[in-house]
Amino acid sequence: MNYSQGSEIVSNATTAKRGFPNPLQWIGAASLGLFSEVGRLFVFFLKVMATAFTPRWYLAQVWKQMVNIGFYSLPVVGLSAVFIGAALALNIYEGGSRYGAEQFVPSIVVLGITRELGATITGLMLAGRVSAGISAEIGAMRVTEQIDALETLSASPFRYLYAPRFLAAIIALPLLVLVADIIGIMGGWLVSVYALDFDSTTYIRNTMDFLTNNDVIVGLIKAVVFGAVIATMGCYQGDRSEAGATGVGRAATLAMVGAAVLVLATNYIMSTLFVEIGL
Amino acid sequence: MTTPILRLENVKKSFGQKHVLKGVDLEVQRGESLVVLGGSGSGKSVMLKNALGLMTPNDGKIFFDGEDVTKSTGKTRAKMRERIGMLFQSGALFDSLTVWENVSFRLLQADRMRRKDAKERAIETLKKVRLGPDVADLYPAEISGGMQKRVSLARSIISKPDLIFFDEPTTGLDPITADAINDLIIEQVRSLGAAAVSITHDMASARKIANNIAMLYEGKIIWHGPADIIDNSGNDYVDQFVHGRADGPIQPAI
Repeated sequence: MNYSQGSEIVSNATTAKRGFPNPLQWIGAASLGLFSEVGRLFVFFLKVMATAFTPRWYLAQVWKQMVNIGFYSLPVVGLSAVFIGAALALNIYEGGSRYGAEQFVPSIVVLGITRELGATITGLMLAGRVSAGISAEIGAMRVTEQIDALETLSASPFRYLYAPRFLAAIIALPLLVLVADIIGIMGGWLVSVYALDFDSTTYIRNTMDFLTNNDVIVGLIKAVVFGAVIATMGCYQGDRSEAGATGVGRAATLAMVGAAVLVLATNYIMSTLFVEIGL
Repeated sequence: MTTPILRLENVKKSFGQKHVLKGVDLEVQRGESLVVLGGSGSGKSVMLKNALGLMTPNDGKIFFDGEDVTKSTGKTRAKMRERIGMLFQSGALFDSLTVWENVSFRLLQADRMRRKDAKERAIETLKKVRLGPDVADLYPAEISGGMQKRVSLARSIISKPDLIFFDEPTTGLDPITADAINDLIIEQVRSLGAAAVSITHDMASARKIANNIAMLYEGKIIWHGPADIIDNSGNDYVDQFVHGRADGPIQPAI
């Protein structure tokens, strides 16, 4: 597959009048570039999906990536979640106290964490840690001809490299989100009990009474989608990486930024959808 | 006449407006060691990647053992690659795998051989390139550049291929190590009875390993003949290249 053709069209158009680009030409070239990039990313995503859900699976690679993506992300996800939960409780208390509604802190914290922040914070942290890492690793393999070597040794990079990362991410993200949910709620409880003088038993009871299965399920569904986004962006940018340290660095940056923006965008789309269907 | 193991017929490859290969015609017979010479940026690596199926030509045909593999995919391509070995310029060893796992990668992944048997085969093959079993469990980053080339050579010959490609096999090595790699290439290619296509701009290497030499210039093969007449080729371009002169029809790439 030649991924470079679209950018060449754009490059030719933008450089036609070097120095003084025609605004219409510039808009046209930028639009073409955007559409061709989205198209290439979508085709790449479909190819990764097709290889991830059909045999042959490299299970040792999937396990290795699960450890890398899941286990080694636990500290960053846990720390982020505890601080987000704590800050959320403080802000809800501050806002609620203006209307005498401080008692809603436990319910809003649990709702905010499980439906929204647990998954989003995990997604954003992993966009930085995992998507950029995958991109840098695959980019380095691309520029040192290791991916060409894989193909000559009859191993498809989609099956051997990309599908295991994709599968590992969509399995590990929900598990990490569960951990983030628990630790985030705990962060809210800690601040509420030790700084805002809430009664511990009442806080926990209110949390448990308000929490529904749907709240947790919503976060887990989001986590699966974020896992797919993070792995796909990392593999895609790494696969397209240009030669040299600059090329690999640029690929890692693009992967991280792209994954973070897509996490937030898909989060909004899913939240709207879940509200519409009453989940 | 026997069917050549590899035949390139009017192969063209462009990247946007840049025409790298402008109609390459080349034949490699079984057991032949062909060296393709050419300056930096002359399209040697692109030609090799097209022959290997890592790139698809814009025009022209590629035949492997008589079969048109220009646009082959799936099992046809996998079958072709089973019979081809490749030594990359950078070695292209997988950083995350040990030396023996690199050498036996095809056996483990494509042939699904048991790890114990694959390791034995890897150690046997490492011996052929003068590396002891002590390096088998090391990672590529823990061995020298010359040793990495040997490991890469071991990886390219372990499945006893019919055709081996060597991409700048001696680049980045000191003259003594480079000569040792040349000796190993000759020895292994002869013992396998395989054909070899090497691309290089190292004349010492070319003189040593080639039966035949071809010269690629501006996207075309401009000369093809026996290695022993390379000094009397009668071609000004080849003469300039062979003698490494800045003056002549080829403009230095600076």
